[in-house]
Amino acid sequence: MPHVQVRDLSVWYGNAQVLKAVNVDIPDKQITCIIGPSGCGKTTLLKSLNRLLELTPAARVQGKVLVDGEDIYGNHVDVVSLRKKMGLLSQKPQPLPMSIYENVAFGPKVHGVRSRKELNGIVERYLREAGLYEEVKDRLHEPAAQLSVGQQQRLCLARGLAVEPEVILCDEPTAALDPVSAQAIERRFKELSRHYTILVVTHILRQAKRLADHVIFMYMGELVEAGPARQVFESPSHPQTQAYVRGDIS
Amino acid sequence: MRAVTVFLIALPCILAVALFLRSRPILERVPVLDLLTSDVWRPSRGEFGFLPFLMGSAWVTILAMAIATPLCLLTAIYVSEYASPAFTAVFRPVIDVLAGIPSIVYGLWGVLAIVPAVERIAPFVGRHLGFVPGLSTASFVTGDCVLSGAVVLAVMVAPVIIAVSVEVLGAVPRELREAALSVGATKWQTVKLVVLRKSFAGLVAAVILGFARALGETMAVLMVVGNVANVPGSIFEAAYPLPALIANNYGEMMSVPLYDSALLLAALVLLAVVILFNLGARAALKLVTVRFRR
Amino acid sequence: MRWRRIEERVFGVLMLLATAVVVGSLVWIAGVIVYRGAGALKLSMLVQLPRGGAYGREGGILNGIVGSVLLSLPATILAGMVALPACIILQDEHAGRNPFIRSARLSLDVLWGVPSIVYGAFGYILMVYMGLRASLLAGIVAITFVQLPIVARAIDEVMRTVPLELKEAAFATGATRFEVATRVVVRQSLPGILTGLLLGFGRGIGDAAALLFTAGYTDGIPASLTEPAASLPLTVFYLLGAPYPEARAKAYAAAFVLLAIVLVVSVVSRLATAKLRRSTVI
Repeated sequence: MPHVQVRDLSVWYGNAQVLKAVNVDIPDKQITCIIGPSGCGKTTLLKSLNRLLELTPAARVQGKVLVDGEDIYGNHVDVVSLRKKMGLLSQKPQPLPMSIYENVAFGPKVHGVRSRKELNGIVERYLREAGLYEEVKDRLHEPAAQLSVGQQQRLCLARGLAVEPEVILCDEPTAALDPVSAQAIERRFKELSRHYTILVVTHILRQAKRLADHVIFMYMGELVEAGPARQVFESPSHPQTQAYVRGDIS
Repeated sequence: MRAVTVFLIALPCILAVALFLRSRPILERVPVLDLLTSDVWRPSRGEFGFLPFLMGSAWVTILAMAIATPLCLLTAIYVSEYASPAFTAVFRPVIDVLAGIPSIVYGLWGVLAIVPAVERIAPFVGRHLGFVPGLSTASFVTGDCVLSGAVVLAVMVAPVIIAVSVEVLGAVPRELREAALSVGATKWQTVKLVVLRKSFAGLVAAVILGFARALGETMAVLMVVGNVANVPGSIFEAAYPLPALIANNYGEMMSVPLYDSALLLAALVLLAVVILFNLGARAALKLVTVRFRR
Repeated sequence: MRWRRIEERVFGVLMLLATAVVVGSLVWIAGVIVYRGAGALKLSMLVQLPRGGAYGREGGILNGIVGSVLLSLPATILAGMVALPACIILQDEHAGRNPFIRSARLSLDVLWGVPSIVYGAFGYILMVYMGLRASLLAGIVAITFVQLPIVARAIDEVMRTVPLELKEAAFATGATRFEVATRVVVRQSLPGILTGLLLGFGRGIGDAAALLFTAGYTDGIPASLTEPAASLPLTVFYLLGAPYPEARAKAYAAAFVLLAIVLVVSVVSRLATAKLRRSTVI
């Protein structure tokens, strides 16, 4: 069964409809890239998956999003544990105003982990998974704000992984990074996709071509086409997809 | 236009210098340290001890801040993080109006509403909690006391603290909140562990600004605080804050030698302390916003 | 886990309580003043001078009303005359980090924090220096000092919101710095400038501490700048402690009138800003 299923999802900001009846499946343990021109609703789709849209007062959501078969917008869903399942990596790295150690330990602590020994283990493990441990192991208790932007993004990745999500949502994760750091993050994604379902919103076509196992193409709030990467890039069925993939529209 | 601006820049200096020059007579007669630490205030005998007034200001202001700070921070957090847009739309004008109410009107409210209330509760508190230092009602006479002054003052500085705090909290980027929520933190955990941490310096600055405001408040406080030149020993005793000293005695200034000089020295001290607090707070605020701009 | 929920609940309740206390205070204050003041106010009070002895037990509070206006209005104009040119210089982007501008800003910050009693004391020093007695003029000067930082800050904030692009566009047509400042920035900020002046007026009319030393008090209306002037705040202050209930009633009435004026000014300035904003470019 696909990990996440979106059924007839529509989103309004005030009177403007930003997502129009989107229907799509997100496959398990693969990297799915959401591509499309700016303003097409990619980020809105992403944010509707961990119910962050609710923070915007004017946003209205209709439709269903099923994770492992359960509608996350249902009445009895615990938003907090849902968000634990869905990690988020933002475009601009958001280190919390604390030390490197505290950043990674934030999630587990918030969920009740108290033992120092356990936290130490968690911090080391996920810093390694994010590929950051070697660079920071001697300065774990320094403020996270002192890291370079690329390091901060990997820190945010580690922080998100530390709560053991099933899905990692990424909103243009390398847009603010230099090429070397961007590459490092992409390598991490490839590694991580063995164990996690990864969803990446990106406006960089080449990045999508490098990373994606699966592709979703959106245009003006509508889902135009979705399918395996090779199929969408090499033989897209929709003329719009064709035009975008060729670079005619952006 | 340049001339006007030069005048503006020079003004605080002119202010300080003028006050200093006029307080020189008393400074030449009595060493500053004695003036500040003596608690004997008998101008007709040439004894000018400022301690009761410094302590009076301290008691009233500190108590006012102790009351105001938790109230204002809690309110600011509610308005910034939890309240609906409809509520905020109503709340904003409320704060603006509170900020605009003249001091004398606060004073009148204090006289009519707060002082009688304090009079009623004081015996009760004295009986049950009188052993606590600062709460004794041994010298309690009327409701004109430190507590009344502090309550009125607290309401007066609330708009400043709340307005600045709400601004500081609002400057925390939305994405940071989202980042915390995305690992499954609850709203309150996000506020407590992330938002407050990030805006801490700004909130401290807001409180310091409030403190500076409170120190300079004159009319409202003097109407309810009793104006007795003793160092207060309890919140139910009367006090005599520094601004009240200046305001109440300008009439007798000219008749007693050195009296005017002493009062203007008081004004100078007040000016210096208030400026210090204000500049400190502004510097802290600038630090906070500069960090955000990155 | 349990503690988390409890903590969240407790703080939620505390926050609501705190907010209720703050809002409730305003309601309480307004309530007390309106109740006592409106009760004591007779329309005749608004147009009569006090009569009947030392505390003016009869008659009205016209001296206070007229005095307050005579003190605050010129002060507002004077404050504006100083603040506007200063702000025009301050908003000049091209000056940037220049120490002149920074010290001007610093000075404004300092002036904003000075308690009005200190301005009153300063006014007194000036009075003595110039050989003046307690008078309308001295009061106007003191109130001008009180209003100046407020008006300046309000105007400064408005002028800083004028977008750089607008100024650059004006420069591109060959306008000088002075022309851009006056014809574009000031024009654009006009509603904000008016609001700033209104704000200053509202602050000035309510101030008592600065007037204690400087304006004196009188039962009449000053006929010249060298005569003392009454004011609403001082009417309240002096009459509150009077031994006669009629005099005290006038104090409450004066407070009510003062509060009403301040509220009206506040509302008018808000409405004016909203209305004028629609007619500006951005």
